[in-house]
Amino acid sequence: MKKSLFIGALLALGMAATTSGASTLEEVKARGTLNCGTSTGVAGFSLPDANNVYQGFDVAICRGIAAAVLGDPMAVEFVPTTGKTRFTALSSGEVDVLSRTTTWTFSRDVDLKMDFHGVNYYDGQGFMVPRSLGVTSAKDLDGATVCIQVGTTTELNLADFFRVNGITYEPVPTEKSSESRSLYQAEACDVYTTDASGLASARSTFADPSAHVILPEIVSKEPLGPVTRHGDNQWGDIVRWTLNALISAEELGITQANVAEMAAAPTNNPEINRMLGTEGNLGPMLGLDKDWAHRVIAAEGNYGEIFEKYLGVNTQIGLERGLNAQWTDGGLLYSPPFR
Amino acid sequence: MAQHQDFKKPTFELSMLLYDTRYRSTSFQVIALILFFSLIWWLVNNTMSNLAITGKDIDFSFLVHESNYDINQRLLEYDSRSSHGRAAVLGVLNTLVLSAIGCVTATILGVFVGIARLSKNWIVARIMTVHIEIFRNVPLLLWILLIMSMVAHSFPVPKHFRGADPIATMKLFDSVALTNRGFYIPEPLFSNGFGDMGFFSNSFYISIDLIVILAILIGSIWASGKIKARAKRIQEETGIRPTTWYLRLGVIFIPTILLLVYLGFYLGYPELKGFNFKGGIHLRNSLIALWIALSLYTSAFIAEIVRSGILAVSKGQTEAAGALGIKPNVIMALVILPQALKVIVPPLISNYLNLTKNSSLAIAVGYMDLTGTLMGITLNQTGRELETLLLGMSIYLTISLLISAVINWYNRRNDMVER
Ligand SMILES: N[C@@H](CCC(=O)N[C@@H](CS)C(=O)NCC(=O)O)C(=O)O
Repeated sequence: MKKSLFIGALLALGMAATTSGASTLEEVKARGTLNCGTSTGVAGFSLPDANNVYQGFDVAICRGIAAAVLGDPMAVEFVPTTGKTRFTALSSGEVDVLSRTTTWTFSRDVDLKMDFHGVNYYDGQGFMVPRSLGVTSAKDLDGATVCIQVGTTTELNLADFFRVNGITYEPVPTEKSSESRSLYQAEACDVYTTDASGLASARSTFADPSAHVILPEIVSKEPLGPVTRHGDNQWGDIVRWTLNALISAEELGITQANVAEMAAAPTNNPEINRMLGTEGNLGPMLGLDKDWAHRVIAAEGNYGEIFEKYLGVNTQIGLERGLNAQWTDGGLLYSPPFR
Repeated sequence: MAQHQDFKKPTFELSMLLYDTRYRSTSFQVIALILFFSLIWWLVNNTMSNLAITGKDIDFSFLVHESNYDINQRLLEYDSRSSHGRAAVLGVLNTLVLSAIGCVTATILGVFVGIARLSKNWIVARIMTVHIEIFRNVPLLLWILLIMSMVAHSFPVPKHFRGADPIATMKLFDSVALTNRGFYIPEPLFSNGFGDMGFFSNSFYISIDLIVILAILIGSIWASGKIKARAKRIQEETGIRPTTWYLRLGVIFIPTILLLVYLGFYLGYPELKGFNFKGGIHLRNSLIALWIALSLYTSAFIAEIVRSGILAVSKGQTEAAGALGIKPNVIMALVILPQALKVIVPPLISNYLNLTKNSSLAIAVGYMDLTGTLMGITLNQTGRELETLLLGMSIYLTISLLISAVINWYNRRNDMVER
């Protein structure tokens, strides 16, 4: 009796090692929830509201994926990750997708074995200082103390920028952006540097946002987007085309308000029909049903609606569309066709 | 004798492995061993196959590549063009510095608290009990974070030292600046120094001044030891001990002082320049938070060790010393503590070990120790989890084994002098 129990336990352990080959789509469906890696709290991008429901621009991507795969945008388990823990969380299988202001870089894509699925925010690294410091350019920051998060592209760009300009600085590394913000507010550092959108977000949480300026220099390219593990192409396709559906929906004029009507019967525009499943069978090609994109857009609206809701000029964060406008409006958003 | 007969019994059944007391313990040990190796095999195998699934290999070549990040507290020359390997070395040095200063203050504080807890003065004894209970029973991480936020939020910002009528001023005759970014203290400098000496094709430098000063100091202490030995010999031969304290003091201090004068010793004071103080030694707020928290936390444990060590010395010793007319505080220093030390030192050193391992909480406040550099930023930027963690663990293991070797050496030495 005892012996067989033993062998059973050993077998179970051995099995645990071999089940990790199952596809992410099947795992998520079987589990009934999507595990989504977010930040530990960046206003506008991912932050729990008063009812402890996650809200934000990065959160909306995960809600879209959950709507597409599980039919319920709320069926998401959010896992807070720091700059340091995010890739481990993804590669260990703790999360199915990472939607967390994460920059697409060569080494992350190639060496860390991550898959990036497009860009949901074109960003660049900036510097924020208290207005009272009287600094107008990042090149005047010689000798300054700078707060950064570890494990980010930020710390690498920072080293490059100061080196190239022949000036020195004192890095104060922290793990969470909340720690950086707190040290910056205590003036334990002169400068806070991260993605410019993150600076706008941080500034919006300060008691007096106007007391802080974001310096004009943008010192890097930070294309931020959702990430999955290398190797599961079907799952990667689902994430990529969920993002593309949000971007295309804006371009094609599909909104949260009119998507139900447009999906009810074929419209005059074949691309809309293909996307919303009233024509062709793009959904099943992805391993989903025909209505998947309808649900994605119904969840939080199209890309433009999500942007305006969480980051736009009418929010606390107050970001312009800038590079993140549709290509037809002079921006960089350009979804491949639904065909 | 009955066993002898049993042994000759020809029948051997499998169940005897379990029920026969002669075999049972061996069978269990074999089973345990098999299980242990299966577990190891499974872990290694699992790791290998998972690495294969994700397409990763084990590769330490990142250690020679550019790190591309900066480190604030640098005990060696380093910049973002230096290698990940060098960043790891800097991390180790930062770990060692923190552990060393932490051990010193924890010991001083711990011995004081441990003795004071035995005080006959009720209030003093109570206060020490409270100290021990508070620091022993609250997680170390909380102390670190608390002290860090106290330093960052309650000390003045460097710019407050500026202006005709500054909000904050430097302390101790303008030599020390206490700011929320850390404390700046004077640094020893030489106007006439010997410079530095490069090692390993100049991959790191050691100050020749430091080597010379250490050499002279060690020589002086050795000479002073010789004088003491001579005094002892004379005392044993003649019964009269010659007064040598001024000789010994002179031997220890005069050569070093002369050397310092020759080298042009002076103190470099911190000075506010631009955003921050420049010059002097910068004790960063992260170092201070860790130093204080580790010292206080470990001192609580050391105090208990010291107390139990003292209590382990028989009360008769105190009474006998008292009967000889020795004053109470002298009894403590000359009679009790030397005997208590034998009990105190082994667990004391294992507390040093704990402190060193606990210092790996440093990353919580951004102190760039080994967990911050190699097992932190390097791990993250290269994605080499397995390699960095294995390397980091072996470095901690090496440090711990070295400290353990010291314990064993001490124990063996002490066994020999026992009477
Ligand atoms: N885009 C950069 C930086 C990302 C980053 O750390 N952003 C900060 C501020 S926008 C953040 O998300 N912090 C949240 C947290 O610390 O949990 C990267 O991918 O390395």
